[in-house]
Amino acid sequence: MIGRLAVLLLIPAFVVLLQAAAELPAVGDGDSPAFTHVAPYYLEHAHEETGAPNFVTAVLADYRGYDTFGELTVIFTAGLACLLILGTRDEPPAPRDEDVA
Amino acid sequence: MKSKFGSPVLDASARLLAPFMWLFAAYVLVHGHDSPGGGFQAGVILAASIIMLRLVRGEASPPGLTSRGALTFACAGPLIYGGIGIVSLLSGGNFLDYGALPLPMDPVQIRVIGTLGIETGVMIGVTGVMVLIFDVLAPWDDGTV
Repeated sequence: MIGRLAVLLLIPAFVVLLQAAAELPAVGDGDSPAFTHVAPYYLEHAHEETGAPNFVTAVLADYRGYDTFGELTVIFTAGLACLLILGTRDEPPAPRDEDVA
Repeated sequence: MKSKFGSPVLDASARLLAPFMWLFAAYVLVHGHDSPGGGFQAGVILAASIIMLRLVRGEASPPGLTSRGALTFACAGPLIYGGIGIVSLLSGGNFLDYGALPLPMDPVQIRVIGTLGIETGVMIGVTGVMVLIFDVLAPWDDGTV
């Protein structure tokens, strides 16, 4: 019953999403918000401001350095979590009954 | 993973391959400023070479990285990155504003050096974390990390 109700609710949500998708700017549209905010500034000023010929590096490491710091912290946290969860056992876990059988 | 499974052929191949992988990691790191690449990719390449040496020659093999060393690397990466940010903050700029780093150079050149510095931190951190994850997933004989 709950499953059918969920499907009935999903259908209008899908229609809404389809209508919203039709309103999205075309791929590569130069007038879309993604290309009219800070992207032109980066393209025009990145080289003389950061000395980087590669704009991806200029944005990643310089303009958005704080974001990359967060990425490195995420990776560090993942490694730390693996160490804390898996690395502290003293001996391999004893085989469970279903494994033996 | 109970022990190394090196044979003479594998051993010779790994020893031949490892220096070129380190060279390629250094290239990807330094050239990331001009072309696709950078610290994350270089770190993974370096970690791949270390894991390869681990599989073939065991953890104690000299050119490799011990588990404790990997943990040190993993912690040193964010420390280098954040340290550069703190230094630029103390030098009168914003956090991670490399132009404020106290170096006797042209501001644009300082930014290039700062970018390379944080990419090096990223590479060291990613290398340490990758080797660390491999080690905790494949513990050695004594079960320690």
